[in-house]
Amino acid sequence: MSEKKVSDRQRIEELLGIFSGIAASPKSQLDMYTGLGKKAVGVFPYYAPEELVHAAGFIPLGIWGASGTVREAGRYFPAFYCTIARMGLELALTGVLDRLSAVVMPTLCDTLRPLSQNFKAARPDIPMLFLAQPQNRKTYYGKDYYVSELMRVKGELEALAGKKITDEALYESVQVYNESRAERRRFVQLAAAHASLVSTQARSAALKSAYFTEKREHQTLLKELNDLLAAQPAENPRDYTRVVTSGILADGGNLLKIFDEQSIRVAADDVAHESRSFRVDVPESLAAEAPMYALAEAFAQQTDDSLLWEADLSHRQQHLIDLVLDSGARGVVFLMMQFCDPEELDYPSLKAALDTMDIPSIQIGYDQQMTDFGQAETQLMTFKEIIG
Amino acid sequence: MSEKIPAKQRLRDVVDSVYRAAWEAKERGEPVGWSSSKFPAEIPETLGLAVTYPENQAAGIAAKHGGQRLCEYAEGLGYSNDICGYARISLAYAAGAEADERPMPQPDFVLCCNNICNCMIKWYEAIARMHNIPLIMIDVPYNNTVDVPEARVAYVRAQFEDAIAQLEELTGRTWSNERFKEVCANANRSASAWLKACGYCSVKPSPLNGFDLFNHMADIVTARCKPETAEAFEQLAAEYEEGVAKGESTWHYDENYRIMFEGIPCWPELQALFKPLKDSGANTVAVVYAPAFGFQYTDVDDMARAYCRAPNSVCIEAGTAWRADLCKENQVDGILVHYNRSCKPWSGYMLEMERRWHDQLGVPVVGFDGDQADPRNFSEAQYQTRVQGLAELMAANKAAGGQGK
Repeated sequence: MSEKKVSDRQRIEELLGIFSGIAASPKSQLDMYTGLGKKAVGVFPYYAPEELVHAAGFIPLGIWGASGTVREAGRYFPAFYCTIARMGLELALTGVLDRLSAVVMPTLCDTLRPLSQNFKAARPDIPMLFLAQPQNRKTYYGKDYYVSELMRVKGELEALAGKKITDEALYESVQVYNESRAERRRFVQLAAAHASLVSTQARSAALKSAYFTEKREHQTLLKELNDLLAAQPAENPRDYTRVVTSGILADGGNLLKIFDEQSIRVAADDVAHESRSFRVDVPESLAAEAPMYALAEAFAQQTDDSLLWEADLSHRQQHLIDLVLDSGARGVVFLMMQFCDPEELDYPSLKAALDTMDIPSIQIGYDQQMTDFGQAETQLMTFKEIIG
Repeated sequence: MSEKIPAKQRLRDVVDSVYRAAWEAKERGEPVGWSSSKFPAEIPETLGLAVTYPENQAAGIAAKHGGQRLCEYAEGLGYSNDICGYARISLAYAAGAEADERPMPQPDFVLCCNNICNCMIKWYEAIARMHNIPLIMIDVPYNNTVDVPEARVAYVRAQFEDAIAQLEELTGRTWSNERFKEVCANANRSASAWLKACGYCSVKPSPLNGFDLFNHMADIVTARCKPETAEAFEQLAAEYEEGVAKGESTWHYDENYRIMFEGIPCWPELQALFKPLKDSGANTVAVVYAPAFGFQYTDVDDMARAYCRAPNSVCIEAGTAWRADLCKENQVDGILVHYNRSCKPWSGYMLEMERRWHDQLGVPVVGFDGDQADPRNFSEAQYQTRVQGLAELMAANKAAGGQGK
């Protein structure tokens, strides 16, 4: 192997190592940014318009729970709620979010509704920028309504930032985010194509780290990685067992370690925390003229998600089938977030749709408090034997 | 002169007539809808459409002990046992499970409104997918403020108009503004009578067993736009008035304590719920369903505003105030909270509400774990212990000279 190739591979490993470090320690990122005199705003799931936060001059940091044990949040939530909400509140109650200037809180599911209320009760000192997105989002009145919600959040951000968010600044942030989304989509393809270089854990970390890094910084690093990967020789897709993952989160190190031990790679994903969050861009031509409407338009175009009402009742099912067929995956691994009823309610129809196409699938229960992955390991091993 | 039919029976007959009308419509070949409980019923009623209510059906099936059977049927179809029990029962029935407890015709369209919960969206999508039928969706975003923002009112109102247009096209019916006015007048009259009847809980001792209200809620859910509902509630209020005058009550036990029962009852366990309350002389004199379903409005915008105020769509400040006001008006000694495994948006902020009630009202608050439809999530032993604990705390509070703030 030439020296150039060796150094390229070393740099790939180095970049993946940087992403892993960031993904493993979001608190360090928050400390780093605030140490540099920047202000950060926490962003809860789903589909919050981070561009607005960015345009106000804040560093948006994603809060999708955390691995750990729920203790303090038990004073607010009974046990039958997902850990995204309970661990998110745990972080707020244990001081981890103290340095945030605010949080943005969408309310697209029945757990996020009470989370919004519990958050403002538990941490009245951290402004909670409430956001209720429309489900009838494709209609003109749905977009009008959403713009009114976004305008309120914009005003709240401006008050916190002490400056106006200009149309120019928002347009610029839209461009930054579109570039970041495009780079992440490219990475998903390249990671699948270069499975020997990008483990399942490394893929997850590269995507997860975007939640804890200013997007331009992240995009610069990811672009360098993507360019290096693109220059690597093609691999035999049959060297690894390739699957599509589906669920809310697929970021648990111990869980993904099993994927790697079994030589299972993600060919494509239908994961809320991953591809669902960056598959739709904000239309830039509209953003140049009416950036708030452009944000509403982008949300209107979101589709194929358990969190969203869908008039075409087979759309999400077909989308999942297409993901499998287009990516050459051999099956689907549903990572079912415990107590996530939108995902649980969609699951039987997704499974049935896959069955009609003879696409094997498996459902693995998952939450961020899990420490014993023995059952998941057995399930994955069995599934691998089935799909070969 | 024939003996007067008691209001309780009339109310039951009204609900039965809703289901009967749906069967008759089906036999005539007319489309039948399934509707969520806080979908604007004024719309299908104005169009003369037969509509039934899966939540009411599920509660009826659960109360007659069919809940577990249908929940398990749904689980066999792949639905997790973490999903709302009403949804599981309904999905099982939609998929073909028998339910002699409360049969209703299968739907030709579904009317979904998520003001009560977002679970409703996925549940109704699944029904629509199973039957390959249209779903009319009215989205009511969750509120973080006591007042409903005007932009939200405009959004909801625009959806009313879209829903009407969709239903006209689907069913061939024609919208009549005159008929709509009549229907709204009926709904307001029903709400007014419902609130009046519920208001008798404030009399001490109460002329009613508060659990009666849970049963009568079926009418305000399924038939609030019908004049016979308003008439039956008016009669119910008159009967309570008569009870007050005669010193009589449908609560046949001592009224040592007056409590608020918070949450949907565990329908499969009504006897088990009732017994320790009866034994300790704790009458339920406050349930949030009174303000939650007794909404009145003046015009279409106000109607949109009213549908934004479902129990699970209001913020914690409004939710706390609804209950605290009820507790004060009805002189409540203690609060029993149902942590309902089936209802995430409801139970999710109850722990904080408990603290606020305790601070604002100075009465003891005790919670128990249960489920509105799946008996596997209820422990009778735990419930008994908690009610006993509540009775002891209320006794101590009274002995200390307080009935709360």
